[in-house]
Amino acid sequence: MADSDCVVIMGSNMAENHPVGFRFVMKAKERGATIIHVDPRFSRTSALADIHVPLRAGSDLVFLGALVNHVVLSERWGRDEFFQAYLRHYTNAATLVTSEYRDTEDLGGVFSGYDPDRRWYDPTSWRYAGQRGPSAGTGGHPSQDAMGRTEHVGQQGDIPHHDETLRDPTCVFQLLKRHFARYTPELVEDACGVPPELFLRVAEAILRNSARDRTTAFAYAVAWTQHTTGTQIIGCCALLQLLLGNIGRPGGGVLALRGHATIQGSTDIPTLYNLLPGYLPMPNATQRHGTLRDYLEQETPPKGALHALPSAVVSLLKAYYGDAATPENGFCYDLLPKIGADYSFQAMLLMMKDGAMKGLFCMGQNPAVGGQNAVLARQALANLDWLVVRDVHEIESAAFWYDAPEVRRGDVRPERIKTEVFFLPAALPGEKEGSFTNTQRLVQYHDKAIDPPGDCRSEAWFLDQLGTRLKRLYAGDTGPRGRQLAALTWDYPSQGATEDPDLDVVVREINGYTVADGRPVPGIHALADDGSTACGCWIYSGIMTEDGTNLARARRGDDRASLGWGFAWPANRRILYNRASADPSGRPWSERKRWVWWDAERGEWTGHDVPDFPRDKSPDYQPPPDATGLDAIAGDSPFINMADGKGWLFAASGLRDGPLPTHYEPIETPVANPLYPEQPHSPAAITFPRPDNRYHEMGDPRFPYVMTTYRLTEHHTAGGMSRWVPWLAELQPQGFVELSPELAAEHGIANGDWVTVSTLRGGVEARALVTPRLRPLSVGGKTVHQIGMPWHFGFGGIAQGGIANDLSALAEDPNSRIHQAKAFTCALRKGRLDEEGRGHR
Amino acid sequence: MSADGSAAPSHAAGTTGARPGAVGFLTDTTLCIGCKACEVACKQWNGLPMDDVGFTGFSYDNTVDLGATTWRHVAFVERAGDEAGVRATALAPFQSAWLMMSDVCKHCVHAGCLEACPTGAIIRTEFDTVVIQQDVCNGCGYCIPACPFGVPQLSATDRKAHKCTLCYDRLRDDLEPACAKACPTDSIQFGLIAELMPRATERVAALRERGVDGAYVYGDRAVGGTHGIDGLNAFFVLTAPPETYNLPAAPELPQDKTLPAFLSTAVAALGLCLAAVAALRGRR
Repeated sequence: MADSDCVVIMGSNMAENHPVGFRFVMKAKERGATIIHVDPRFSRTSALADIHVPLRAGSDLVFLGALVNHVVLSERWGRDEFFQAYLRHYTNAATLVTSEYRDTEDLGGVFSGYDPDRRWYDPTSWRYAGQRGPSAGTGGHPSQDAMGRTEHVGQQGDIPHHDETLRDPTCVFQLLKRHFARYTPELVEDACGVPPELFLRVAEAILRNSARDRTTAFAYAVAWTQHTTGTQIIGCCALLQLLLGNIGRPGGGVLALRGHATIQGSTDIPTLYNLLPGYLPMPNATQRHGTLRDYLEQETPPKGALHALPSAVVSLLKAYYGDAATPENGFCYDLLPKIGADYSFQAMLLMMKDGAMKGLFCMGQNPAVGGQNAVLARQALANLDWLVVRDVHEIESAAFWYDAPEVRRGDVRPERIKTEVFFLPAALPGEKEGSFTNTQRLVQYHDKAIDPPGDCRSEAWFLDQLGTRLKRLYAGDTGPRGRQLAALTWDYPSQGATEDPDLDVVVREINGYTVADGRPVPGIHALADDGSTACGCWIYSGIMTEDGTNLARARRGDDRASLGWGFAWPANRRILYNRASADPSGRPWSERKRWVWWDAERGEWTGHDVPDFPRDKSPDYQPPPDATGLDAIAGDSPFINMADGKGWLFAASGLRDGPLPTHYEPIETPVANPLYPEQPHSPAAITFPRPDNRYHEMGDPRFPYVMTTYRLTEHHTAGGMSRWVPWLAELQPQGFVELSPELAAEHGIANGDWVTVSTLRGGVEARALVTPRLRPLSVGGKTVHQIGMPWHFGFGGIAQGGIANDLSALAEDPNSRIHQAKAFTCALRKGRLDEEGRGHR
Repeated sequence: MSADGSAAPSHAAGTTGARPGAVGFLTDTTLCIGCKACEVACKQWNGLPMDDVGFTGFSYDNTVDLGATTWRHVAFVERAGDEAGVRATALAPFQSAWLMMSDVCKHCVHAGCLEACPTGAIIRTEFDTVVIQQDVCNGCGYCIPACPFGVPQLSATDRKAHKCTLCYDRLRDDLEPACAKACPTDSIQFGLIAELMPRATERVAALRERGVDGAYVYGDRAVGGTHGIDGLNAFFVLTAPPETYNLPAAPELPQDKTLPAFLSTAVAALGLCLAAVAALRGRR
């Protein structure tokens, strides 16, 4: 980011929530970069920005779509040979889409393939013209209940059709141009409440700072993801950055700012129900995944880097099941659980509430405060047989049964709660060793400074003990669970006074090793699909050198890519798709933005970074028609993970809610969808309409205000690591809501007064912080007030306050299954909660 | 420069009376993101308890002021809307609509607290910083009104005066103070005054070039006429008048007022005596 000429922070409050990462924004600013913050509130990030754009929460996609439209209509973009070369060579702009495809503009707000009864899409009509049958990875209908890997196109030998002139009405460029034609500055004013001149100032700054020798970066966080259209919002930004030539180049990109230490790590080696380590799809009972052969046939794309998937999967099975995994038994593939339903966290809460799920391990999470519809979340916890909470303080999820607001009020009696709660003390970061993987996939290792006190233990210790004891408990059981546990390799040597497992052994397993001699493999390319290698997470392969050095410990920085600092997966690359930092013939686009280039004399790619391209593939290489894997990627196609090597402006497969980003209103909104009045919400959004999760109708006069929730620098997520710490608690000691002076005046609220905010899910009281940093917006001729509320607070610890998530509802993005928390509607009144705990009257 | 320190600003700008080898802070508010890491790092290193002021409603400031147990304090000044409620969207280049400043003891070149201390508890260290020796302080509180910035305060717990030590213990071990170490954006910079002061003046020039017309150094000999103080070893780059940050525009040492005060008291006493004598004579 320090190399950026313009940084757009949108869907993120970076200075507050990523203050250490924000130093790189400050470095860019010192070098003259323009900093733009697009956010409903004026926050500490806005304070350091050059332009602040206040917009209505939930209208991000209109703003981004209008930027796309502005770019493709701009005269400079149309004639600048840099943009045009990038577009034609590096994106799928020229690819033709099948003539069956219909846009939302044709069908009043839905794409072709929509099934209104099941509320999902059949993506067949979105495929490239010339592509036969279903795409690999999209066998049959995508199940609403599970997610498969789907970003590959076509079968071997398919040649998608192209129109290099970009004039064919079915080519991607013409489709997207038409799709975004109504995203005008006037629409931005109508939907976002942003004046056209302010929008144009932003659009011009971005365009001015995108060129052969300039780059613009976008940074976002969960204020983009936590919408029913979150994936599409991010996709729209990626589309814009591809149009502007800002992907794969220094100072460009779309940066996902990760909100916790190593939350990136926990998606890489996932805590997610639908993924195996390294983004391998979880076997799925609704797909043709019955045997390893079926699974590999189904999921392996014929072309591109992901063609190596069988090596990754077989090596993972060898790491899991060791000697028990043989070619004859499909490497124990049958022991892997097959998912067949939605097990996202929202769905889990409902399964607990409804009695289908009996027990829960809660580690590094505080659902009694952090869960959406936290009233329901606490009811869910109260309906378990057992609950294990490991934390450093007795957080609300461990104390809900005697201390929650509904218990204090007398609505719920502790003796009626059957949940047996086991509270286990956890070690703090300084009391354990381990790694953090952050925003740029950079893995950094940290040592233990001190042993944890008393019975406090690390997660590694706990999970090692759990695995060891479960194996012992199920010894001799020949049922599926017993077989599964018996086959698991689980032999981590322990060390030190706390008997923690030796994490170097874990790192070696993650890196991968040769089964015969146990030596670490040198990287992804060394993994095999015959069982001769084992690897816990293929994308991390190379983190350990063959002599056993853990590169995540490396600490040699420099002013360029700092390849000697930590390890960035894959293969220590700092910028993905960095082949795009050179022009189609392999020369740097400019001296100023030189990063990776083709050295014609030596016949190889070289540069400041590890090239994200086959090292010896000449820029003029053209693949033969029957080529597979990386051999099928042309020398001028940087996006090697995609089957066609192109950056996708149009997602021919892989998404559940459409191939092009489209604006839909949040599930709860005070205004109509200006684009598609008949289709206000995303037709593929996942909702849970039930009496304990009621939604507000569009424009419900009882709930006229837009609510957005967020975090503060002073606290960490649901507060488990901050609200109990005196030095942090005093800095933000009590829950509050932020209101504009205009809204406060309407209700006679003075700064510091108690106010009550409510929805059909619950009501909370909080102190009012009346500030001009919030402002009413004029949206579609109507004044829309927005209320901001930090969601850190709860009933435990030193810094207490009403639980903001008691107000929100369960609703999900269909791709990521992430909840919608950044835009819903609410009521506001002066005064405290009444005795029944009701907010609205 | 005259004896009372009231030099013409043109000669004094960018200069300080700091002794050679003196160390201190340059706190550049134009880089501050208000994260309060300095407050937390200070309290943690120095083992200071929470103040527990509670929710104040003063923007994001809930520790309010420097005190016996808060040695770094981040002030927040909201200027997002004007009096008519109009909000700007195009902002001056650095931190114009929400000012944040991490305040700290100024470690004055001529320190009022040190001069007022009757027990010798307040000393000037080998680093030219001003430190209260806790084993000598008797809690008389004379230093409190003597400080033009309101820095030292008596602790309710041990009834002694406390303030920033500029991490004397860390300096002895060649470590930078905890607040500067923790600052993620280098808003707080620690070093030799001889290096920090030119850096500050260069920074001000660069800011002005980029359109921050109001930028200036607070704490050199010139600004605000730090009369008699002769410079602050913890100085600031500010973009608004000192009062905006709750800093005095013209900090003065109370000691400088003792001679006129003494003279006026003497005159008053003499006058009273004469009046008394006159009255007694009149009665006779």
